[in-house]
Amino acid sequence: MWLKIEARPAPSVRMKYLSPLIAVALTLMTGVIFSAFMSLNPLNTFHAFFISPIDDWYGLGELGVNAIPLVLIGTGLAIGFRSNVWNIGAEGQLAMGAIFGGGVALYFYEQEGAYVLPLMFVMGALGGMFWASIPAFLRTRFNTNEILVSLMLNYVAILILSYLVHDLWRDPDGFNFPESRLFSESSTLPIVLEGTRLHFGVVIALGAVALAWVFVRKSFLGYQMQVAGMANAAALYAGFKRKRMVWVGLLSGGLAAGVAGLMEVAGPIGQLLPSVSPGYGYAAIIVAFVGRLHPFGILLAGLLMSLLYLGGESAQMDLGLPSAVTGVFQGMLLFYLLAADLFINFRMRRDTAGSRVAGAGL
Amino acid sequence: MSKLSVRKTVSMWAAAVLGFAVSFSAFAADPLKVGFVYVSPIGDAGWTYQHDQGRKAMEGALGDKVETKFIESVPEGGEAERVIRQFASDGYDLVFTTSFGYMNPTIKVAKQFPDVVFEHATGYKTAGNVGNYVARFYEARYLTGVVAGHMTESNTAGYVAAFPIPEVLRGINAFTLGMRSVNPDAQVKVIWVNSWFDPGREREAADVLISQGADVVTHHTDSTAAVQAAEDAGVWSVGYHSDMSKYGPERHLTAATHHWGGYYTKTAREVINGAWESTRVWGGLAEGMVSIAPLNDEVPADVAKQVEGVTAAIKDGGFHPFQGPIKDQGGEVAVPEGKTMTDEELSTMEWYVEGVLGKLPK
Repeated sequence: MWLKIEARPAPSVRMKYLSPLIAVALTLMTGVIFSAFMSLNPLNTFHAFFISPIDDWYGLGELGVNAIPLVLIGTGLAIGFRSNVWNIGAEGQLAMGAIFGGGVALYFYEQEGAYVLPLMFVMGALGGMFWASIPAFLRTRFNTNEILVSLMLNYVAILILSYLVHDLWRDPDGFNFPESRLFSESSTLPIVLEGTRLHFGVVIALGAVALAWVFVRKSFLGYQMQVAGMANAAALYAGFKRKRMVWVGLLSGGLAAGVAGLMEVAGPIGQLLPSVSPGYGYAAIIVAFVGRLHPFGILLAGLLMSLLYLGGESAQMDLGLPSAVTGVFQGMLLFYLLAADLFINFRMRRDTAGSRVAGAGL
Repeated sequence: MSKLSVRKTVSMWAAAVLGFAVSFSAFAADPLKVGFVYVSPIGDAGWTYQHDQGRKAMEGALGDKVETKFIESVPEGGEAERVIRQFASDGYDLVFTTSFGYMNPTIKVAKQFPDVVFEHATGYKTAGNVGNYVARFYEARYLTGVVAGHMTESNTAGYVAAFPIPEVLRGINAFTLGMRSVNPDAQVKVIWVNSWFDPGREREAADVLISQGADVVTHHTDSTAAVQAAEDAGVWSVGYHSDMSKYGPERHLTAATHHWGGYYTKTAREVINGAWESTRVWGGLAEGMVSIAPLNDEVPADVAKQVEGVTAAIKDGGFHPFQGPIKDQGGEVAVPEGKTMTDEELSTMEWYVEGVLGKLPK
């Protein structure tokens, strides 16, 4: 029997919002089948993965701590993604935010002052935007591919950070180990929930979600960018300025990633290290897509992704599963989402001899 | 006292004694819960593999007196604190954190859990309930250098190194001193790959070193790539962390190996007996924390004999790899005759000895 895939005449709007839920459900089901194969009780697996990490206040706080950078960066990236501006460089922009913001903290080491933290935020934002401006400039000026440029710059940024903590900014009392001093009190983010590590960043992340919603829904530029994403030719015909969209798309991602990076080093980490992110900049891309590039969707997707990180750890601890299980779950989620999305726009039909050629084009 | 009340009193006491006995025996049978935090997957060889071998050795030695659990691939930075804390809050009595980047998170968590004993590997900070342990890997490095010095024909060894921190520099210098102690013309070329684990770059670096004339290749990185590159090119290799002879069955000369089992067993026993105290341990050949892998069959018997002699001398304190006279790379006397470098000097070492080629990255 042959199947062919053909375009649907009209994609379903309802399915567009349902497909992430379907993807989550399929991921869970596959997880259940996996655990049955490994002769684990599926209920225990489910509990270890999704319940036990967040069954107390500390766990909920950790859910937030992990979700903050994911949601913030995902929100920023989505603004560009909506207009087909592909910023894959959030990981490097995050590192730059950490360098610029963390540099302020080290410069004002052991100086108490209410101005230090706000200055760190400003510099962190500028750092991320500066790094994102490089692909934006090259794209608008020389029409270089922003995917490649932003991706490659990740490695450059991470190496700059590595150089700084190995050399210039190394802790003078640290026996030459590659890390900076611990930031002083005035340069660390306040905790918002006593007894947890949930820091002020939660306010910033939620604020960013609200702000992005207003931008996407209420501003003319947000509208233009959406049109450009859906039909570039129509946008050009309407006279929308493509260059401005590229700049806004990349800078919003850079801004978000820079602030996220600053908040990592001023929050849970408390110093500059050779590595300040376990790949938030890349995971945020998945978050943006699972969240349908919609600010509120991204908030939910960020929480889910964060839960997968925590669940992977507690699955190791409670069930002795290998650490790769986190990656497996994240990969499955994206895979099912892409698969489900395919069926929004396409459908499968049993092929008859005559139409097989037409279907082969896909 | 009425008869009834006597009986009541007796039974009450009996119950109390019984209850105490039950709780006491439960206490006595309760195994010591020991947690391990690993920075990378365990795999078949390398840094984390050796720690896991140590964990297993401890289980073997103490049987049901201990119950162990590990979490692998825990990134250094913001994530680590949560995992370490998770062990503590789950009722673990002893937690080993086995990577340098866990130092500050370990100290932080230890403050919140004063009844839990923490042991951090390779750092320098301690607290009332945080001990610190590391091994004198350089002693084993020196021995492998002696072997390499005899076996090289081109008088050139290649060294694939991760980051220019004192730990790695001590290894390079000890290896070079060992080589030149038996072969004054020997030289060591170093390539920095700026990563602890990057098989691709390690392989590339090893290939470059071989093409530049190195006929012994060793490495201070976490994969087996350099040993495999040497095997393929038909030159000698010296492994690190683990006995890597199965990755270079023909050309693996020996390896500088780590052995944590004895220390883990001893520490767990001390905690069980209530005799544990926070210490800084820097153990070497004498303590059994480092060793070398069995020599390749091609190594002549007199060389093996000499290595045995040097091993014995280091063990009984008759010889120290960093005893003068030692010249630095520029030919200046760095350690005069009759002097030996102190532990303080060793732990901040930031220079090359004579015979190492290339400039130390700054």
